[in-house]
Amino acid sequence: MLNKNLPKSPTGIQGFDEITGGGLPTGRPTLICGGAGCGKTLLGMEFIVRGAIQFNEPGVFMSFEETNEELTKNVASLGFDLKNLVKLKKIALDHVHVERNEIEETGEYDLEGLFIRLGYAIDSVGAKRVVLDTIESLFAGLPNQLILRAELRRLFRWLKDKGVTAIITGERGEDTLTRQGLEEYVSDCVIMLDHRVTEQTSTRRLRVVKYRGSMHGTNEYPFLIDENGFSILPVTSLGLKHGISNERISSGITALDKMLEGKGYFRGSTVLVSGTAGVGKTSVAAHFAEEACKRGERVLFFCFEESPRQLMRNMLSIGIKLETWVQQGLLQFQATRPTFYGLEMHLAATHKAVNNFKPDVVILDPINTFVIGDKEIEVKMMLMRIVDYLKSNQITALFTSLTSNQSALEHTDVAISSLIDTWLLLRDIELSGERNRVMYVLKSRGMAHSNQIREFIITDHGVELRKAYIGASGVLTGSARIAQEANENAELLTRKQDIERKKREIERKRKALEDQIAALHNEFELEESEAIKMIEIEQDTIKRLKQDKIEMAESRKAGIENITTDKLNK
Amino acid sequence: MKPKKKNSYKKIKKEKPDNKANDMWTLRLYVAGQTPKALTAFTNLKKICEEQLKGKYSIEVIDLLINPQLGTDDQILALPTLVRKLPVPVRKIIGDLSNTERVLVGLDLLPGS
Repeated sequence: MLNKNLPKSPTGIQGFDEITGGGLPTGRPTLICGGAGCGKTLLGMEFIVRGAIQFNEPGVFMSFEETNEELTKNVASLGFDLKNLVKLKKIALDHVHVERNEIEETGEYDLEGLFIRLGYAIDSVGAKRVVLDTIESLFAGLPNQLILRAELRRLFRWLKDKGVTAIITGERGEDTLTRQGLEEYVSDCVIMLDHRVTEQTSTRRLRVVKYRGSMHGTNEYPFLIDENGFSILPVTSLGLKHGISNERISSGITALDKMLEGKGYFRGSTVLVSGTAGVGKTSVAAHFAEEACKRGERVLFFCFEESPRQLMRNMLSIGIKLETWVQQGLLQFQATRPTFYGLEMHLAATHKAVNNFKPDVVILDPINTFVIGDKEIEVKMMLMRIVDYLKSNQITALFTSLTSNQSALEHTDVAISSLIDTWLLLRDIELSGERNRVMYVLKSRGMAHSNQIREFIITDHGVELRKAYIGASGVLTGSARIAQEANENAELLTRKQDIERKKREIERKRKALEDQIAALHNEFELEESEAIKMIEIEQDTIKRLKQDKIEMAESRKAGIENITTDKLNK
Repeated sequence: MKPKKKNSYKKIKKEKPDNKANDMWTLRLYVAGQTPKALTAFTNLKKICEEQLKGKYSIEVIDLLINPQLGTDDQILALPTLVRKLPVPVRKIIGDLSNTERVLVGLDLLPGS
């Protein structure tokens, strides 16, 4: 509905139409101002070329600085074939050459010649778009400013009457938008380009200063110029509409997966591994990369501090063989120094690499090397855009971040914690003369993660997480943990021995008892046999007595039976 | 600085037209329609030529409204513009030629004569 009020001509430049809500105002002149080398000419040229190719709107490019040949050559590097377009009558080029010392002023004049040339060029291709680059050169060429200004006013009026969408470029002035105050003639739409160098890296920015009758983004948007021309990547245009996935993917470290509900990260989430120097952030990243490759996924590994070879060698020492995956084409390294080019170029490079490689997993190691000086906001913006971009493509991202020892561990230098879905914190604990690593899950959106601090050990077969002991003086790690483990083992052993001992005692007691029983038994048997013997002796005696009696009776010849029977019966 | 330079430049150049004294001066006046400025310029030019170059000049008037494509070759911006095609080097004078002195300077006619 806005377009109903104000028709717009799309530029076809990536991101530009999003900022301006559709492009430049149709049939009106737009002023593009900026310092030297910030891309004014290119923006104009892209407007013309894309207009001719994509929107079937022929254009005229009137250059006051570069000749047609130079222009053709310059934009050929961007893949624009001006010669052909000119031949096809899609574009008309006109080089206006103004040389001060060739010109002698001798009285009244006007710039009708320029109008006629422009008009002729417009008519020759039926142009809908016009670029005047840089009309300020006229100020250097023509001495009479009064005439010139009057003529410029007339020119812009004339362009409006012609109904062409025009871009007028202007060099940036000291206090004004343009050196010659062109903004007073062109008041419909003003766009400012800027090329700033901070901390030895340059960033190009674009800002819509004004846009009459239309909504527009007011921020400064970093943009870049690469072999595909202009591209502006506005944060706001991306929105937060990316789809989400419930799929879980392993981190490559079994124990870590267990801490994350036993399943690992969400696909398409953003994982941050932060920690102080040398705590094994890259190792965690490498594990994740290897695991993804094992699943047959594609991994793009941006390393900003190590060369790929060095990284592969180092990871080999902990048993992660990344080279195989590189050879299989599943893993690709992108190694650049953060200082190599500006942030926007990094962003572009990231975009391009991701677009070309189409990875499932992207690793940035580490992100905070971007922070040079106090560009935190810019870095955050850039990372936000990277995160958004990756998320919208369902790419799982793992960033590592180095935290300095002085600052709080929960503080990331680039302040992107709010963008992060799963944040693993690695820290070192100095205790009893050694430095040990621990890891915990600081946050993990959308899952019931473990809150335990685990000791993090780097072995020759990868990263291992051990249970950390909580002792009287805090978390026990390293040798303290080993001592604690030894203590526990010793205690266990003692207990075991105790039991053994008790068992033996019982056994002994039982034996003693049994022995006692046996002895009693023996004694009893002894007594018994004794008794039996006594009884036998008694019986023998009785027998003998009886015998004696019988013998005596026989000898006395007495009746024996009665006596014997009586006595024996008793 | 500038006038001095012009003088020395002039000296070298001057010999050429003198040697080829019979060489014609070819002048081209660019205009856009019969505007008052164009008419003034033509009148002034005619007068100067009659005074300075009698008999050895030719004036070609080009109306860009009729032949707009001709403006590109001579890099015409301002109108009216007088272009001295011959003798070389090419010189351009813009305006209605009412300032005779400047026209003469522009045509390399004033100093030395």
